[in-house]
Amino acid sequence: MPFIPHTEEDIRKMLETIGAQSIDQLFDEIPSHLRAGALDAIPPARSEMEIMRLMSDRAEQDSGALCFIGAGAYEHHIPAAVWDIAARGEFMTAYTPYQAEASQGTLQLIYEFQSMITALTGLDVSNASLYDGASGLAEAVLMAIRANRKSKSKRVLIAGTVHPIYKKVVNSIVHNQKIELVEVPFDPSSLTIDMAALSKFEGEDFAALIIAQPNFFGTLEDVHQLINWGHEQKMLVVGVVNPTAATLISPPGEWGENGADIAVGEGQPMGIPLASGGPYFGFICCKQALVRQMPGRIIGRTVDLDGKEGFALTLQAREQHIRRSKATSNICTNQGLAVTAATIYMSLLGHEGIERVARACHANTNRLAGLLSAVSGVEVVSTGPRFHEFVLRLPASSRLVLEHMELQGVLGGYDLSTHYPELENCILVCATETKTEQDLNAYVNALELSLKELEAA
Amino acid sequence: MSNIPGELKYLSSHEWVRVEADGTATIGITDHAQDLLGDVVFVELPEVGAEINAGEEAGVVESVKAASDIFSPVSGEVLAINEALEESPDLVNNEPYEDGWFFKVKLTDESDLESLLDAEAYSAACEDEDH
Repeated sequence: MPFIPHTEEDIRKMLETIGAQSIDQLFDEIPSHLRAGALDAIPPARSEMEIMRLMSDRAEQDSGALCFIGAGAYEHHIPAAVWDIAARGEFMTAYTPYQAEASQGTLQLIYEFQSMITALTGLDVSNASLYDGASGLAEAVLMAIRANRKSKSKRVLIAGTVHPIYKKVVNSIVHNQKIELVEVPFDPSSLTIDMAALSKFEGEDFAALIIAQPNFFGTLEDVHQLINWGHEQKMLVVGVVNPTAATLISPPGEWGENGADIAVGEGQPMGIPLASGGPYFGFICCKQALVRQMPGRIIGRTVDLDGKEGFALTLQAREQHIRRSKATSNICTNQGLAVTAATIYMSLLGHEGIERVARACHANTNRLAGLLSAVSGVEVVSTGPRFHEFVLRLPASSRLVLEHMELQGVLGGYDLSTHYPELENCILVCATETKTEQDLNAYVNALELSLKELEAA
Repeated sequence: MSNIPGELKYLSSHEWVRVEADGTATIGITDHAQDLLGDVVFVELPEVGAEINAGEEAGVVESVKAASDIFSPVSGEVLAINEALEESPDLVNNEPYEDGWFFKVKLTDESDLESLLDAEAYSAACEDEDH
């Protein structure tokens, strides 16, 4: 069965069989104003040559600079074997093959992926993956609203230290379902959730509490205290986590008395290149009790009639093709190729290897923070325990400093003033295991020079 | 032909009701329904204390190949749910009218029972469905 779109001839024959004159007539019960029609923002088709040129020009913009930007996507070393294996014809397809009769290899790979991610997060079950970390968090919110039987509320408490763009994505996805996100303020000096502000919500009805560890600023929250508080308040607790960090700090399944109910995160650090921002993949794990509320695909291990081990989709009654309008989610796919690469990455490094990567990131980041605290006029705001990012306050406009650093081939960090007025002229800086002593010095030099240039201007 | 006990009342959507000696109603799904579903793997039941209305959804029964809503044949307060189904959902397949019951309701309106099908009418409804 070839997965090729139908030809004009195929379409003509199908319409003839159905007895419709045209595609428009076939869909005439859908009001015309609801149909997509021509998409204004999409330019006309271009030739292969033009596309190659366009893409290489765009790729050029991302190459050559030393990257110290994290903020949700991280530059890690990817062993050559990862994509060499992932790009084999047996794996590489634009289609996600789920048929148990034909796709045992892919199904086993996803099963292994689920096993590895649950081992990393310390939770019971994982699905086959979601589009990315941000939409994964939106799915976790919907899941918590469905699953929390102790709460009738459609309100969710979200920490101000969760990625600002995740908050926007979640809101875009859930607000039409009348779900309200209520934000808990953070303390700009400690860069963690403000516990006094959190305790003001005591006794109110919320379906879930969402926290991030490490949080958006790279700082570690007191997750044990937070999760126990959330559970006392009858909320389900969702942890947004970094898979690299999960080897070094306690995984969400071990937080507090009972562990997180759901964990989500961005899978990109597990062997996916930055690639100008995507495609990445999201992961979501939960406790066994919530598995029927899990969105998306889940692969299980079973035996066939002859007692031979095999892999197949399981718990499909949650899904759209069976439950129709009552499905837990409209997602019936996964990020197959990215997950293939991530599974190979995780199996090559193993838990110990990922932990070594995490330690190297942590050490490099601390080293860079140490070097920068000696630069005059610059302040390292992050004082508490952190993973591989910290906040730096600059004595000049953060936007201008970053622009000047870029001219010297250094991407200095993520400008925080965009989202946080209270963090004016602050940037978020990340140094992963890919950075050498020389790279860290190059950062310091570029920053010092940029500050001098701006002072002279 | 599946087993359709004469002393029960039915909905055409394959739920049965038994009025107990103390006036409460026990609800489950029929032998015919469990046969259509195949191996039952999970049952989602209402909360004890919940108020449910006749004709409205009161839960979900899930098999390896399908999931169906369970409709309550009567209105009232949920007095008990069959917690054994959590561990052994296969009771629904093996004993649909005994240990495979779903939940018990304190009736608010006895007249709910009058609009339900008797065994003969339910049997006819199943026949119609098969054709």
